[in-house]
Amino acid sequence: MATEESYPEDLRYHPEHDWARIEGEEATFGITWFAQDSLGDVVFFDPPEVGATVRKDEPYTEVESVKAVSDVVAPLSGEVLAVNEAAGTNPELINTDPYGEGWLVKVRLSDPAEVDTLLAAAAYKDLIAD
Amino acid sequence: MTEELRRTPLHDEHLAAGARLVPFAGWEMPVQYEGLAAEHDAVRGRAGMFDVSHMGEIGARGPDAAAFLQRAVSNDVARLAAGGAQYSCLCADDGGILDDLFTYRPAGWDTDYLTVSNAANHESDLARFRDLAAGFDVEVVDRAPDFAMIAVQGPAARAVVAGLASAELPARMRTATLEVAGARSLVCGTGYTGEDGVELLVPPADAVAVWRALREADVVPCGLGARDTLRLEVCFHLHGNDIGPDRNPIEAGLGWCCKEETGFAGSEAVAAAREQGTAERLVAFAITGRGIPRQGNAILVGGEPAGTVTSGTFSPSLGIGIGMGYVRSDLAEPGTAIEIDVRGRRREAEIRSKPLYAKST
Repeated sequence: MATEESYPEDLRYHPEHDWARIEGEEATFGITWFAQDSLGDVVFFDPPEVGATVRKDEPYTEVESVKAVSDVVAPLSGEVLAVNEAAGTNPELINTDPYGEGWLVKVRLSDPAEVDTLLAAAAYKDLIAD
Repeated sequence: MTEELRRTPLHDEHLAAGARLVPFAGWEMPVQYEGLAAEHDAVRGRAGMFDVSHMGEIGARGPDAAAFLQRAVSNDVARLAAGGAQYSCLCADDGGILDDLFTYRPAGWDTDYLTVSNAANHESDLARFRDLAAGFDVEVVDRAPDFAMIAVQGPAARAVVAGLASAELPARMRTATLEVAGARSLVCGTGYTGEDGVELLVPPADAVAVWRALREADVVPCGLGARDTLRLEVCFHLHGNDIGPDRNPIEAGLGWCCKEETGFAGSEAVAAAREQGTAERLVAFAITGRGIPRQGNAILVGGEPAGTVTSGTFSPSLGIGIGMGYVRSDLAEPGTAIEIDVRGRRREAEIRSKPLYAKST
């Protein structure tokens, strides 16, 4: 199912196993390789609505595998600009390409300074190694 | 809970195969290996195998073994022929379902009957059997330490096992004592997936050899995750979810395996439920749009609470959310539009006839 375990250097990580790709005052969110591997085959992702407000550290959507439901926590605060409808239709993208086609939402950041609280890839890898 | 989890004789095989192990009924069991969907598809498409060694076995031996079992379990044990298999409920005096069981009447073993219990209920089943054995000339024996159990299921399962077996396999709902991969096995034509196949009761010391021989024959190891999706697609009950001490066999749709005229313990209550009807009935349903139902979700009809989901999952074969649950009996007809309250979001669903998945569809 999934690709090889990886944690790209250009992403920032939240300890609840989310990643953010920062592009100026916007960011793309998704779940990490570790998160999708823990869940198993993802079969359901119900995207939030465009325009919804997300708050750092709070759940903004759910992804489900056959056996389990998992809240997805927002790594940063902001407003949802776009949702990945393709992942809603083909949720296995979240397993097969968690950092690419399996992205979840794009957000306009309300507090870009929050980025400093996120982890770099090395620190996130240390966290999940514990 | 700091109680140590028990391990089956196949534990090291699971680790070597990359299984994800989880606590289940006091045992450390594989929930999946490579992936639940692939394992599910292996069973529907060709052949998969499950380590179900956590399940218990209870032997009944002696002149009154048949009479005792007739009193203990709900089906008509007098109709269980030599070499046969029979499904039944173990009921409390009030008709509540303490467990659901397969009883085998194997030829060539040091027991007259062998009853397979669910792992979580094995000790309490044993106690209930011993209580009910009073007055009968029967020996009730805990045989769980004597058997590992491997279920081999799927359209090619029989052919694969036949290739490892010393003689012809038993027909469906029959048993045979055979050598399988060199192990003396009680081979049972039963299963929990809706596919053809067999369940092998083997000495624990031989379990690894049998498992490896099946792997050599490209049988896919499958975990409890796939076991649950497979059984729910064909609407087999899971004790602890869909049935339990608070439900009687009539409301659970298990009246077919209850023969009250045999006088089994609890038969008066079951007869009364059959006669008077029950307030609720267990139904199967499918989500018609998006969403996955989960155990404990409310079932709504016309916006009003009408019942509760007892099992819910995503069906890999059908590609939709499916489940079972109890609803008011007057609403329990297939075709009835219902809603499932999935964590605050109402998902449209429809009561369907059982099974939800059939090979021909």
